[in-house]
Amino acid sequence: MSNENTISRRGLLMKIGMLFNGVVATALAVPVVRFLFSSVTRGRASAYLSWVPLGHVSEFPEGETRLAMFRNPYVTPTDGKTVETACWVRRVEGEQFQVFAINCAHLGCPVRWFPQSGLFMCPCHGGAYYRDGSRASGPPERGLFEYPHKVQDGMVTIQAGELPTPGSPTASLFGNAPPCGPRNELVSIESKLSASTETNALLRKTKTCA
Amino acid sequence: MRVIRQIGQWFDQRLQLAAPIRDAAEHPVPRNTASWFYVFGSAALTVFLLQLVTGILLALIYVPSASEAWSSLQALNHDVTLGWFIRAMHGWGSNFMVAIVLIHMVQVFLFGAYKFPRELTWIVGVFLLLMTLGMAFSGQVLRFDQDAYWGLGIGASIASRVPIAGPMIVKLMLGGPIIAGATLSRFFALHVFVIPGMLIGFVCLHLLMVLKLGINEWPMPGRLVKRATYENEYHQLTKKDGAPFVPYAVWKDLFFAAFILLAVAACALYFGPFGPTGRPDPTIIQTVPKPDYFFLWLYGLLSYLPPSMETPALLIGPVVVIAFLVLLPFLSGEGEKSWRRRPIAVLTVLLIAIILGTLTHLAGYTPWSPHMNAWSGDPVPDKFLHGSTALQRQGALVFQVKQCRNCHSLGELGGQRGPALDSVAVRLTQDQLIRQVIQGGGNMPAYGKNLSPAETTALVAFLETLHPAGQAPARDAARDIVLRESGTHP
Repeated sequence: MSNENTISRRGLLMKIGMLFNGVVATALAVPVVRFLFSSVTRGRASAYLSWVPLGHVSEFPEGETRLAMFRNPYVTPTDGKTVETACWVRRVEGEQFQVFAINCAHLGCPVRWFPQSGLFMCPCHGGAYYRDGSRASGPPERGLFEYPHKVQDGMVTIQAGELPTPGSPTASLFGNAPPCGPRNELVSIESKLSASTETNALLRKTKTCA
Repeated sequence: MRVIRQIGQWFDQRLQLAAPIRDAAEHPVPRNTASWFYVFGSAALTVFLLQLVTGILLALIYVPSASEAWSSLQALNHDVTLGWFIRAMHGWGSNFMVAIVLIHMVQVFLFGAYKFPRELTWIVGVFLLLMTLGMAFSGQVLRFDQDAYWGLGIGASIASRVPIAGPMIVKLMLGGPIIAGATLSRFFALHVFVIPGMLIGFVCLHLLMVLKLGINEWPMPGRLVKRATYENEYHQLTKKDGAPFVPYAVWKDLFFAAFILLAVAACALYFGPFGPTGRPDPTIIQTVPKPDYFFLWLYGLLSYLPPSMETPALLIGPVVVIAFLVLLPFLSGEGEKSWRRRPIAVLTVLLIAIILGTLTHLAGYTPWSPHMNAWSGDPVPDKFLHGSTALQRQGALVFQVKQCRNCHSLGELGGQRGPALDSVAVRLTQDQLIRQVIQGGGNMPAYGKNLSPAETTALVAFLETLHPAGQAPARDAARDIVLRESGTHP
């Protein structure tokens, strides 16, 4: 004797059963989603970043750029060698430092420093950077990533813990201003070269970054 | 015999599978589809099964831990009996699977098989291709070596460029703030559970639709697909000119499947397993990471895209391509099937093949990468030094010491990032050489800060000697006149 407007007892029980399952599934989804996204939520609380020492100031000669290693502050038991990280430390003079990430600002390959030509070169897609980390040529859109640093008790210390990537908030906070960094050193070389008249005329037209 | 038949009947009484299996095997297919062009789907399935078996075998030894994965692969290569062969089969099987899936897709596209009523078969196929590529990439990660480590860095750098959500996606992908233990674990879960599970489900759907809708008939120029009449026409065709799939068509699938398995085994025997290359130690920076074969084209593309185009191309490009593939059967679900009457389809396939082939070929020798050891390792050819002055020789030394050679070749040796300089003096005058060296430009860094005037003079003196014997170096005609008029030149 059923018509469209009446609900049978069995039909109602089935609907309640489905609703009950939906409620349980939603409740169980909360811990599952929180588990899945734990690596993201933990990063939001900036639990990954901390200050790590690279070495004594005296290990870095003035005017030179040296490779330094540090252990990533956030470690899990199965990380093995992957927590060992390299970075380039440039001691400009005195306690003035620049600490560059090893990762190219293009796609993260390890850049190598060539002191003779004063360039960082990337082996992957040919990005190149000047000694101050600013972009020289190739596909990178910006200069090298720089770690925030300070000298504490004679130790060069950097704030590290996250893989520097072009889109990460740390990159935009600490990096070189894209697309071209401080290039005023070219002006000083102009006066040095003034003896050579031919080159001097050419240098006057040196490109400046707007 | 009688006992076997009785056992068979006992099982079938309970399973009731014999009749549907017989129906599926003997379903009529159009006679001319029993062709060697129609064997790639079954070959892809065969290689997939090979990957399942060899993958399970590898999992018996492999340890998905960032600290031990590399060593366990070394053990497979060197300690475990025939471990190297199973690794090689799995690695080569992966290459074959991507290749066969691509060939299958091209064949299906050119034969118009994606048209009504097989739209969904095609769409499921597109997802199968994406999953196959996902398996290839995650498999490369599980071979946890230097290439895998820096490859993950490249993946993270690309993912980080997604607006707003980028940094979150990176942490989700890496399972933490850096490439480490958690990263390998989640790629293991993807490669071993998630993607294969989805692949099995999608392959079953794909096959079910092939059975239900029938194999695509051989396309005849002028025989157009119309929604209203197609199914009836296909039914008539199989009735009039059909033959049972087993054994009429299946023997070619069987032969080709066995041939492909043999080819995988032959490659595995002859070439051996892939890597692992160096230990995944991020402090070893003397490395030149390279992706696996089927991602080389992407490596090339990322080198040639102008910087401003890169992020939009990386983020929008895949969406557009996938959307186009999914929408294709809706854009041209009816009409001509034969490639003979679809010139744009044929040209599209050729164009894509040429682009991917060229980029892959270029990525084989990476002309865009500086040669990191050219400055110290590559000799300056004799002919460029013969009869040169002390200043010019000093310039050749500056050329090497300042790493110019890393990007510029001489006598075919050296980097190819910049132009070869064998005849640079013909192209640039002295003034232009000086300006190029000091200011850079055109993708060359400025060397003004790193060259003393004496070094610049020597370097340019050397560069001015670089011209073919019978060809005069470029000179600025106006300069001579100006100097003569001012009386500083004879």
